[in-house]
Amino acid sequence: MSSETTYREAMREAIRTAMQEDERVFLAGEDVGRYGGSYAVSMGLLEEFGPERIVDTPLCESGFTGAGIGAAMNGMRPIIEIMTVNFSLLALDQIMNNAATLQHMSAGQINVPIVIRMATGAGKQLAAQHSHSLEGWYAHIPGLKVLTPATVQDAHDMIGLALADPDPVLIFENALLYNAKGTLDITLKPLPIGKAKVEKEGKDITILAYGINLFKALEAAETLEKEGIDAEVIDLRSLRPLDDETIMASVKKTHRVMIVDEGWKSGSISAEIMARINEQAFYELDAPMGRVCTMEVPIPYARHLEEAALPNPAKIVAMAHKVMEDA
Amino acid sequence: MSLKLNVDRAKDYYHQMLLIRRFEEKCVELYSAEKIRGFLHLYIGEEAVATGVIRTLDEEDAIVATYREHGHALVRGIPADRVMAELYGKAEGISHGRGGSMHLFDVSKRFYGGYAIVGGGLPLAVGMALADRRLNRDRVTVCFFGDGAVAEGEFHEALNLAALWQLPVLFVCENNLYGMGTALKYAESETNIAHKAKSYNITSHQIDGMDVIAVADATEKALKHIHSGKGPVFLECLTYRFRAHSMFDAELYRDKKEVEKWREKGPLVTFRKKLEEAGLWSQIDADTIEKEVEAVIEDAVAFAENGTWEDIADLEKYVYSPEVAS
Amino acid sequence: MSIFKMPSLGADMESGRLMEWKVKEGDRVKKDQVIAEVETSKGVIEIEVFEDGVVDKILVKPGTETPVGAPLALIRTEKENSEDLLKELEALQGTALKEETPASETPEEASAPEEKMEEEAERRIRVTPVARKRARELGVDLEKLASTIKRKIGLRDVEAAAAKAAQPAKPDGMRQAIAKAMSRSNAEIPHYYLSTSINMTPALSWLEAENSKRSIKERILPAALVIRAVVKALQAVPELNGFWKDDALQVSDAIHPGIAIALRKGGLITPALIDAQEKNLDETMAAFRDLITRTRSGKLRGSEMTKQTIVITNLGDLGVERVYGVIYPPQVALVGLGRIVDAPWVEGDALAIRKVMQATLAGDHRATDGRTGALFLDKLNQLLQKPEELL
Repeated sequence: MSSETTYREAMREAIRTAMQEDERVFLAGEDVGRYGGSYAVSMGLLEEFGPERIVDTPLCESGFTGAGIGAAMNGMRPIIEIMTVNFSLLALDQIMNNAATLQHMSAGQINVPIVIRMATGAGKQLAAQHSHSLEGWYAHIPGLKVLTPATVQDAHDMIGLALADPDPVLIFENALLYNAKGTLDITLKPLPIGKAKVEKEGKDITILAYGINLFKALEAAETLEKEGIDAEVIDLRSLRPLDDETIMASVKKTHRVMIVDEGWKSGSISAEIMARINEQAFYELDAPMGRVCTMEVPIPYARHLEEAALPNPAKIVAMAHKVMEDA
Repeated sequence: MSLKLNVDRAKDYYHQMLLIRRFEEKCVELYSAEKIRGFLHLYIGEEAVATGVIRTLDEEDAIVATYREHGHALVRGIPADRVMAELYGKAEGISHGRGGSMHLFDVSKRFYGGYAIVGGGLPLAVGMALADRRLNRDRVTVCFFGDGAVAEGEFHEALNLAALWQLPVLFVCENNLYGMGTALKYAESETNIAHKAKSYNITSHQIDGMDVIAVADATEKALKHIHSGKGPVFLECLTYRFRAHSMFDAELYRDKKEVEKWREKGPLVTFRKKLEEAGLWSQIDADTIEKEVEAVIEDAVAFAENGTWEDIADLEKYVYSPEVAS
Repeated sequence: MSIFKMPSLGADMESGRLMEWKVKEGDRVKKDQVIAEVETSKGVIEIEVFEDGVVDKILVKPGTETPVGAPLALIRTEKENSEDLLKELEALQGTALKEETPASETPEEASAPEEKMEEEAERRIRVTPVARKRARELGVDLEKLASTIKRKIGLRDVEAAAAKAAQPAKPDGMRQAIAKAMSRSNAEIPHYYLSTSINMTPALSWLEAENSKRSIKERILPAALVIRAVVKALQAVPELNGFWKDDALQVSDAIHPGIAIALRKGGLITPALIDAQEKNLDETMAAFRDLITRTRSGKLRGSEMTKQTIVITNLGDLGVERVYGVIYPPQVALVGLGRIVDAPWVEGDALAIRKVMQATLAGDHRATDGRTGALFLDKLNQLLQKPEELL
């Protein structure tokens, strides 16, 4: 039942299926309808489901995200699309102060089954207001779940997983992945939220990555393989909850670990993971942990500067060498 | 007066407004005695708005309120003892001590909470109304907020969306003339808030928020309008809070004389005058109501005092929904 | 002697690793003072300095492996100065030494306080968390491991060390060293063997009675009694106590019997019980106990590894009845003691059951002949029949 498709189409297919199966599901966001979606994920869905379910909103991130939360509180299963992670800051009040807190403030009377999707990441010379990777920030907030689909399969599966979840789920889609091709098997039982996936087994060093950096890590692992370093590459998939179990199991196996994170180092999800390894698996470490993050600058426009700022396979290989040699 | 003012209705409004007044007065006492902590925003002076609006609603209609929402909760029928226990932070509180004064919730009464980010509740009300429309439920969502919210972006975003999508929302602006300590004239280029709402193509009225009858009348008209599918309605209720913004407020920003002037036309005073004019005052047995209200509040305090503390082992409860068996 | 060198602690020792300096530059040292610890294939051994003086310069850092005879430190006596020594040193070692001895570095510089602090910091053992955990699980001594691994200790180092310790059967350093010495012995020394049965009943009965009067701490082991008897027999037949050097027998006045002691990890070493001829039975017992303790904790002195004049091997514990030992060159004899067994024994006309031990002598035919050996065994037998005289 598996077929070759793109990340974008896999996601669209999942949204289409969800909308066909559940009347309560609707998609709202800027230019999701008549324009076809700023990254064309929702292309064609307006024609199929009509403007009541594929809802073009004005440019009011807080307004339409809050409306999505309200709709979720009152029986709907909204998918809210925010054009890019930087714009989500305009909706941060609604996400943080309402979606994440209502369950707790109401002592369980209210749950918010909303799905908020947004593009994240750099690499298209879109400069400092369209290119950041703030998923690690959102992973800081109790009450939210944070997913980072990397593969075509997850692009598809995570829509369904998120919609089935009773609580707010944020999906961060790296904008460079929409055209990525991969295999999709719609008969596969999706790996649950909160489970990481070992993409490549290895015994010498664990490389933890998520989103587009999974592929950079896998490419780096190939290079390392040629040098005789057998890297284990793990797709974190979910930044909140983090799959401590899978992470620690791998650390216990390889005793060396590095993290690839497109966020900035300071206060990042990679910092959090390092802290957890320190808390839970310190005595398994055979070398200081390493990480490759985005340089601590607002993402610049010029291609060479942008490239220099981001994680890439060469940086991952170099860091792997450092971790391996530091014995 | 389109609304028929009979004895029963008169008794009810008086009872509700007095309940809020006495409850809030008790809160002052309990706050001073450190039984209630955190922020405490009192509704004294504005009782007519919550009473007039909420007593006119259908029980299926939903309410989204602000952090100054004790009155709305009580009028909606959330038991005073559960509210008081919440203010005490007790496990018996309506939010098990997790919300406090600013975050009262009772979904069984379709009371969707007190929100403490000014303007933050408006988009939620829009979304709730959207859900009702999508699910073909003939219900209205009422959203209360103060004049301070008008300066927030979310106010404009929400009004625009509600009007754009013709949603069944009743926006109720409780204009008490001050956003905390800043007078409306120092915050708004256009102090007629109803005019602002009108600019979004929303049916909009400015009414006397000290007159419970006027508020109820306006609400009834608004609900009819909304149920007829003509989209949202905006009510600007001119009112005044007699007490400080919160307990810790020296009220440097307003003149005591101004407060006295408003007290003279306070909702209870105004209502009594109207009832006397209509010859109903003697029939409502105000003393009995006073005693009933006092008893309710006494019971509420006793309930809260006898309440228990939520087990710290349950601290992390209600962050995520309980695991659903797959 | 003004150059302190890596001592030869055994004929089979080719190199040693300097583990720890017990002195620092500028320290005054006295003859026989332990000034360093050296790790050899037989364990960690304390080494002494052989003259009075001042530590002028330390040439080798802890952890360095150097061949036997390589300079480790300069010991200055009153009249000497370090320049002269350095010249001598250069003449001795040539240029190879320069790598380890920056001659330009003056003693003042070397003893600057900051440098000392750096040295302290360097000495801190760096072990990765998982290596530390695994070392605990596998019983690997990290301090010891750190003396051989100068970089950070990782998981692989610990596991390798544990794997090595877990395979005593595999020829390790000690086994190889012994093999080398024994091959040499067998090739060079024309052995002769003599054996006699000794009735141990009188000695053991006497010992039992004697011990019953003593506290547990003061009790004498049969082994100590036998050592004492061997020493007394050697005083009567001194030709077996000494060395074959330069094609001649050199009899030693002092008797330093090497006592074969089994190590817990496997392997056998024979540290010397120094000046046994000066010790009565109690002193012999005390010295014997001390020797065992220090052998097993790896705290032997250099002299104890080099000064043996004869070896006493008692394999009775292992059930062996007769021991035909191989002489450690340049020694000239080895006394082998077997298990004490109940055996038929003729006393006068009667046959009785007695405690009987086989004593064997391995002798170097170049140094002595069978007659000397027979005299020795006879004397040993006589002594053990009158144990009270061994006190």
